[in-house]
Amino acid sequence: MVRMLTTGTTTIATAVKHADVDVISAYPIRPYTGVMNELARMIADGELDAEYIVCDSEHTQFEIAKHAAACGARVFTGSAGIGWAFAHEALVVTPSDRVPVVAMVGNRALDDPGNFGVEHTDVLVTRDLGWMMCWPENPQEAYDLTLMGYKIAENPKVLLPYIVNCDGNFITHVRFPVDLPDEELAKEFLPSTPPPRHNVLHPDRPLSIAPHVDYYWGAEIRRQMDQAMKNAIEVTRKVHEEFNKIFGRGGPPFVEEIYTEGADAVLMGVGGMAMPARAALKQLRREGIKVGYVKLRRFRPFSTEDVVNALRKFKVVGVLDMDFSFGSAHTGGIIFQEVRSALYDLPDRPKVVNYIIGLGGREITVDVMRSLAKEVNEIAKTGEVKQVVKWIGLRE
Amino acid sequence: MSWDKIEIRTLKDVPKEEYFVAGHRTCQGCGPALACRYLAKAGGPRAICITATGCMYVANCSYNTTPWAIPWMHAQLGGIGSAVEGAAAAYKAMMRKGKLKKEEIHVIGLAGDGGAADIGLSAISGAMLTGHDHLIITYDNESYANTGIQASSLTPWGAWTTFTPPGKMLRLGNVRVKKDLPKMIAAGHPNVRYVATASTSFPFDLMTKIRKGLAVKGPAYVQIHTPCPKGWKYPPELTVRIGRLAVETGMWALYEIEDGQFRLTFKPPKRKPVAEYLKLQGRFAHLREPDIRYLQEQVDAACKQLGID
Ligand SMILES: Cc1ncc(C[n+]2csc(CCOP(=O)(O)OP(=O)(O)O)c2C)c(N)n1
Ligand code: SF4
Ligand SMILES: [Mg+2]
Repeated sequence: MVRMLTTGTTTIATAVKHADVDVISAYPIRPYTGVMNELARMIADGELDAEYIVCDSEHTQFEIAKHAAACGARVFTGSAGIGWAFAHEALVVTPSDRVPVVAMVGNRALDDPGNFGVEHTDVLVTRDLGWMMCWPENPQEAYDLTLMGYKIAENPKVLLPYIVNCDGNFITHVRFPVDLPDEELAKEFLPSTPPPRHNVLHPDRPLSIAPHVDYYWGAEIRRQMDQAMKNAIEVTRKVHEEFNKIFGRGGPPFVEEIYTEGADAVLMGVGGMAMPARAALKQLRREGIKVGYVKLRRFRPFSTEDVVNALRKFKVVGVLDMDFSFGSAHTGGIIFQEVRSALYDLPDRPKVVNYIIGLGGREITVDVMRSLAKEVNEIAKTGEVKQVVKWIGLRE
Repeated sequence: MSWDKIEIRTLKDVPKEEYFVAGHRTCQGCGPALACRYLAKAGGPRAICITATGCMYVANCSYNTTPWAIPWMHAQLGGIGSAVEGAAAAYKAMMRKGKLKKEEIHVIGLAGDGGAADIGLSAISGAMLTGHDHLIITYDNESYANTGIQASSLTPWGAWTTFTPPGKMLRLGNVRVKKDLPKMIAAGHPNVRYVATASTSFPFDLMTKIRKGLAVKGPAYVQIHTPCPKGWKYPPELTVRIGRLAVETGMWALYEIEDGQFRLTFKPPKRKPVAEYLKLQGRFAHLREPDIRYLQEQVDAACKQLGID
C-alpha cells in the first residue's frame, strides 16, 4: 500500500490500471481529461498494457467502448459536461446492449454560457437510460468506487454500464491523502479477466446482438434491463462487503449517515459537498445543535429501501442539488424529486425541502452549510416550511 | 486466414457455404442484401460483421429471425468506424495479453451511404488512422433508403428523392454532386493500404476486394454500388442489370487503390450512353434531353480522368 497526496483523476487512473483494462478511448474535455493523460503516461511508460484510442469525438469514444466491451474486453472511457452530451446517442445504447462499460464523468456545467465549474446536470440527464451512477466524496472513494464498478457491472446478473462521477475541480483536481493498495491486493478483489457472460461477440459463438425488435419484443427487453438494475442493488451490497473485507474500508453501499445521532433534521446530497457538511455539522454539534448529513453514494440504482430507512427517522430532510430541472414539479432539483418521491408512502414522512447550491462551480463553504443546517433544524422545530425550493448564494 | 486463396476468378473459387441466409425482410431484388451475402461468403466463418442503422439493420436483421450465421451486432447510424475500432482493438489487446486465443478474426463494418458518407464520416476517418485491423464497407444505394428515400451526399445529381422532389419551380431534383468518398478516404489517409470500389453485379470482383481488404494489415475501405429497386424506382428483377449498366456507362467505376497504386479492375470495352442507365429508373424520369446531355458530359470527363476512356 502507498499513502500519497493526489487527485481524483489520478486515483481513478490507478484503479483502471489495477483493473488491467484492455481498451481505453479518449477525447479531451475539462475537468476529466487528467485521467486520460495519466493513463496515456502509464501506457507510454509500460505500466499498463492496453489499446489507447485517440478519438475524433465523444460519440466515437462511447461507441468504441461499447463495441470493445461487446467483444469481451474490459474498457474504460469518460467525459464531462457537453462532451457527455455529445456522446448521448452512444450512451443510450450502451445499457440496452448490456455491456459492462465503466466511465468517469468529471461533472461540469453544460454550455451555454461556457463554464468550467462543476454541476451535476450533465450526468443527470442520463439518469433514465440504465447507467449505474455513483458519487465519491473524495479521491479515495473515487478509487474504491471505480474498482468496485467493474465488479458490479461485469456481474452476469447486472451487465449494465457504470459511471463514476467526480465533482469537477473539487475532486478531479484537488489533492487529498489517499491509500492506494498494491496491485496484487486489487487483483485479489478484481481478477484481470471478467467473468464469462452470454453476450460476447466472437466467431466461436455466432450470435446476433441488438437486432431490430419493434413491438414484438421491445417491452420484454426493457423489462430485462429493469430487472438487471434491480439485481444491481443486491450485487452492489455484496461487492461492498467483499471490498470492505479485503481493504478494510469502502463504507456502506448506498447511504452514509454523518452526525445523524440525535438529529431531527438532516441535509442530504451527493459527492464532495459532504466535506463542508462534515466540518459545519461538527462545529454545530459542539455548539449544541444536532443536525445530520445523509450522503447518497449511489443514485442509480437508487435504493429506495436504504434511503427510506435512513430518512424515516427525521422530521426534515433538506436535499442539496448541484443540478436543476427546469419546469419540474415544484421547479426543483433532480435528486430532490427522487428523494421526495421515495418517501411518499411513509405514513409520517419527513418534510422535504430543496436547496439549489453550488451551480456552475460556486464554492459551498462551511458557513453556507452551517446556515442551511440551522434552517432545516428550525423547520423541524416549528414545522413550518416557508419555501420548498430555495436557491442558495444567489445574487438577486 | 479462413480462406486458402484471396482471388476469386471463377465460380469454382466461390465458397459453397452461406453465412448470410434466410430470415431478412428486405425488398425483392434488394442490392444491399445481395452485398451482405457476398461479403459474408468472402469473409468466411472467422469473421464478425457489425452493421450500422439503415435498411441492412432494420429490414435485414430482426429479433429471432437473424439471417447472419456469423456473429453480428448493430452499431448506431454514425458509429460504424467506432464499432470496428472497438472490436479490432478489443481482440488485439486481449490476444496480446493472453486473455483470448490468438487467431485472425476478420472484423467487418457495414454501413449505408448515409451512415458512412454523412453522419459517420468523422468516425470512419478516425478509424482509418489508428492502424487497427478492420474493413469498412459502404453499401451505396444512393439514398437514405430506410427512412423512405431521402438524399444523402452520395445521391447522384438529378435524382428524385423525397427531400429533393422535382417540382414546378425546382425541376431537377437533387442538384448536389455525388461525394467521392473512396477517393476522399484514399487521399486523406495515406497509411490505408487498400481502398476499392465494387458492385453487386460483379460478384467475383466484389468478393476478391473484400478478401484483399481483410488480408491487408490495418484498416481498409470498400464501397459497393448496390441498386435499390424501391429508392431508384425500377422493377426488382432489374437489380443486376442496372448495376451492370452503371459500370458499363461509367456512372460507377470499378477500381482499387493498393498501397497508393490506382488500378481499374474492369474497363467497359465500349462505354454505353448514360441514358441507357437512366431510362430504366423512375428516379431520373423527370430529366429532359439537355439534363441528360449535361450528365453525359460530366460522366465523360470523370471517365477520362479515371482512365476508363
Ligand atoms: C442518429 C440517427 N438519426 C436518424 C436515424 C433515422 N434513420 C434510420 S435508418 C436511416 C437511413 C440510413 O441511410 P443509409 O445509411 O444510406 O442506409 P439505408 O437506409 O439506405 O440502407 C436513418 C436516417 C437514426 N436511426 N439515427
Ligand atoms: S429500400 Fe432498397 S435497400 Fe432498403 S430493403 Fe428495399 S431494396 Fe433494399
Ligand atoms: Mg443508403
